[in-house]
Amino acid sequence: MKETASQTAGPYVHIGCVPSVAGLEMYRGQDLGAKMLSPDVTGERITLHGVIHDGSGAPVTDAMIEIWQADAEGRFDNPAFLGWGRQATDAQTGAFRFDTILPGPVTQDDGTRHAPHILMWIVARGINLGLMTRVYFDDGPDPVLDQVPAARRQTLIAQRDGPKLRFDVHLQGAQETVFFDV
Amino acid sequence: MTIRPRDHTHQPPALTPAYRSSQLRAPSHKPLRYAPSRTEATGPTFGHDLIGPTDHDLIINYARPGETAMGERIIVHGVLRDEDARPVPNALIEVWQANAGGRYRHKKDGYLAPLDPNFGGCGRMLTDGEGRFSFRTIRPGPYPWPNGGNDWRPAHIHFSIFGAAFAQRLITQMYFEGDPHIALCPIVQTIPDPGAIDRLTARLDMAHSVPMDIRAYRFDLVLRGRDQTLFENRMEGA
Ligand SMILES: [Fe+3]
Repeated sequence: MKETASQTAGPYVHIGCVPSVAGLEMYRGQDLGAKMLSPDVTGERITLHGVIHDGSGAPVTDAMIEIWQADAEGRFDNPAFLGWGRQATDAQTGAFRFDTILPGPVTQDDGTRHAPHILMWIVARGINLGLMTRVYFDDGPDPVLDQVPAARRQTLIAQRDGPKLRFDVHLQGAQETVFFDV
Repeated sequence: MTIRPRDHTHQPPALTPAYRSSQLRAPSHKPLRYAPSRTEATGPTFGHDLIGPTDHDLIINYARPGETAMGERIIVHGVLRDEDARPVPNALIEVWQANAGGRYRHKKDGYLAPLDPNFGGCGRMLTDGEGRFSFRTIRPGPYPWPNGGNDWRPAHIHFSIFGAAFAQRLITQMYFEGDPHIALCPIVQTIPDPGAIDRLTARLDMAHSVPMDIRAYRFDLVLRGRDQTLFENRMEGA
């Protein structure tokens, strides 16, 4: 069988995925993925934030972003921490924000270690197939980051300011973010 | 367990100039490929306690008590599988759509068609143990959209699908058999493969229709396969 073809999420993705952003009162008012933290979660609290820009530098004000990450110990099976979050970009500024924890390094079956990272997936009007990237917190070593051409590597590294980590996304242009087909 | 590389012959490219919005939003670099790791091969799971009793019934999930949404009543049902034809159980599917007149309940949609006070336009469900899903809704109307010309979307329902792995994440749209707008739509036509467009087209399914009540449409979904193939850990496209 062949994978179903992707189609753009369109400008009204909010209705289905983050209804409160559409101005729609559904599912008892709770948007799925809006809140990643609870008092039970252990780990360093961080705010991952940034702005998505298109090729003209304009903010992308209709995007939906999802993130998927390990817990502070590098695990994906923590009952206290789902590790998944979902936010819309701001309708005026294109800004997004996730309150989460800093993930730990992830050890693979073969013992390889991936530096702490957060997987990020972006959909919007004009994006035909969701864009996947990885947010890193320093420049490695990491088996994925190390293979990205050095000139583009910085697009994958969040800029730290205390608990705030800034990660701007450029869909196109001189600062184009590295996206992955994985 | 890992994720099979995506077969792009069935997927739209990023840049599709006839769909104008892609022009400034398509990355110009080819995406880089690496061997999927634990991060890509895992994903969030959602419990049945998440889903309310009418979340999958768009005919009534926003309607006033005792009332129903306006339009042609339909059931949409199908099976979610992976490329190896294995059913994907307990997968979250979210759907959204315009009302029977082609109007979305969204603060940014100002189309002339009226809102239906009894229709919100979204629903969600989990697939069962055999990957099956089913929901009730009304058939959405076509609507015009700004793309530089006289462009109308075919009637469609948007789908968001989670698999077992985050790399299987997919958003797509379902169309209706026989709609002449399918061939005219620049968004549909971003897909280079006619067979892939055909697989986005739901078929009237009289066997599952309920006499004097509601007609059914069949729509099956396929996510990327997961297999044991070892990948050479070398970046392609770099
Ligand atoms: Fe639509």
